[in-house]
Amino acid sequence: MLSVVISIAMVLLGIALLLNAWRLFRGPDATDRILALDTLYINSAALIILYGVDIGRADFFAAALLIALFGFVSTMALAKFLLRGDIIE
Amino acid sequence: MSMLIDLLIVFFLLLGSSFALIGSIGLVRLPDIFARLHGPTKATTLGVGSILLGSILYFSSRQGLSLQEILALLFLFMTAPVSAQLLSRAALHRRCDSIARLPEMDDGAEKKSGNS
Repeated sequence: MLSVVISIAMVLLGIALLLNAWRLFRGPDATDRILALDTLYINSAALIILYGVDIGRADFFAAALLIALFGFVSTMALAKFLLRGDIIE
Repeated sequence: MSMLIDLLIVFFLLLGSSFALIGSIGLVRLPDIFARLHGPTKATTLGVGSILLGSILYFSSRQGLSLQEILALLFLFMTAPVSAQLLSRAALHRRCDSIARLPEMDDGAEKKSGNS
C-alpha cells in the first residue's frame, strides 16, 4: 500500500513541478519567475523527501534541507536585487 | 497498530502532495502576482509540512525515533513567510499589474517617483 501511495504522491508532485516550470517560462514579470523558482525549489525538496521514504533511508532529508536553504537564499538575493538593484550593499 | 501508523503515513503523504499540487495550480491560474503569492506560500508550507510529518512517522516507526526532519520543518515554516513578504515588496516596487488598486504609499517606489 505504501509504495503505491508514494508513487501517486510522486506523480502529483511531478505535475506540480511541471506547472511551476510553466509559470517560470511564461511569467509576465520577473517577480512571477522568482516565485515560480522558489516553489520549484520547495516542491523538489518534498520530492527528495518522498524518494528517501521510498527507498527507506533517513539521510535524504539533509539533501532536502540543503535545497530548501539554497532556495531561500537565492529567493532572498533575487528579491533584494529587484528591490534595490544590488544584492550586497 | 502498525497498520494504523501506515494509514496515518499514507494520509499525510497524500495530503501533502495534493496540497503542493493545489498550490502550483494556484500559481498558474490566479490572475495577478499578489494573488499568485498566496497559492505557493500557504499550500507548500502545509504540503511540505505534511510530507515531512509522514516522513517523521515512517522513520520513527521503522528505525526508532527520528526527529531530524523537524529541523527542515522549522526552517521551512520560518523562511516561507519571509520570502513571500520580500517578493510582495518587490512586486509593489516594480508596480506589477494588479486587479486591486495599489496603495499610494510605498517606501521605495513613492520616493523615486516623487523625485523624478
